[in-house]
Amino acid sequence: MFVRWSAAIAAAILLSSPVLLQGASAADKLTDPQIAHIAYTAGVIDINAAKQAEKKARNKDVKAFAEDMLRDHEAVNKQALALVKKLNVTPEDNDTSKALSKQASDKLAELDKLDGAAFDKAYVANEVAYHKTVNGALETQLIPSASNAELKSLLQTGLKIFQGHQQHAEHVAAELK
Amino acid sequence: MSGRLSSIAVALVFAAMVVPARAATIEITMENLVISPAKVSAKVGDTIAWINKDVFAHTATAKNGDFDVTLPPGKSATSVLKKAGTVDYYCRYHPNMRATLKIEP
Repeated sequence: MFVRWSAAIAAAILLSSPVLLQGASAADKLTDPQIAHIAYTAGVIDINAAKQAEKKARNKDVKAFAEDMLRDHEAVNKQALALVKKLNVTPEDNDTSKALSKQASDKLAELDKLDGAAFDKAYVANEVAYHKTVNGALETQLIPSASNAELKSLLQTGLKIFQGHQQHAEHVAAELK
Repeated sequence: MSGRLSSIAVALVFAAMVVPARAATIEITMENLVISPAKVSAKVGDTIAWINKDVFAHTATAKNGDFDVTLPPGKSATSVLKKAGTVDYYCRYHPNMRATLKIEP
């Protein structure tokens, strides 16, 4: 029973976050320039989603949530840029970043076809799933792999703030039902 | 002698009553998504200096509506306490940031 459940959970996780786990299963340790690129890309993705939501969302809680995402993710990315500049590191594109971007642009296109309450619901549901995936990747993959202490610390701050976003998104999602 | 001392004592007590205790400034810091100290005792007339050390914008928002201070990243602001009571407040942007201000008359 236990085995069956964990297999089911593993399958569910694999299905919901193919990109980041694919990176993990490759088992090569990510380098700091790659980690910086992934973290920055993940931020840009949520910023773009928030910009779309600011235009399309109807519900005021959804709009407020999108504003919060824009404010916080822009702040984290600004910090990330300042850090890579300080460390003289050039973020390095990689398969995880590429797959994340591809998945995100598909999602933007999908959400673009929706309007009103249907958009609100789909946007918030995706925000819950997305933050879950990103937080999982930060915890199990990006933070443990980061070598530079300042990068690690920025990722830890990111995780803390994104866990708050996930809770917030879950709360908004529950209110929409 | 004792008469003089007691009159000095009386004068001191009197002075303490007439000249109000100097209002204090109390610093409350927001750093790494934590408000500290999380519990603060203050008096009416005291000033709270809100210090945001994060790269994120925060707010200090009273649940009862008494105050709502917005703190851009890395900025500070002050507010003077006008009403006694125990006020729970939080950050509207990051509701996990919560703290309490006990304001004595």
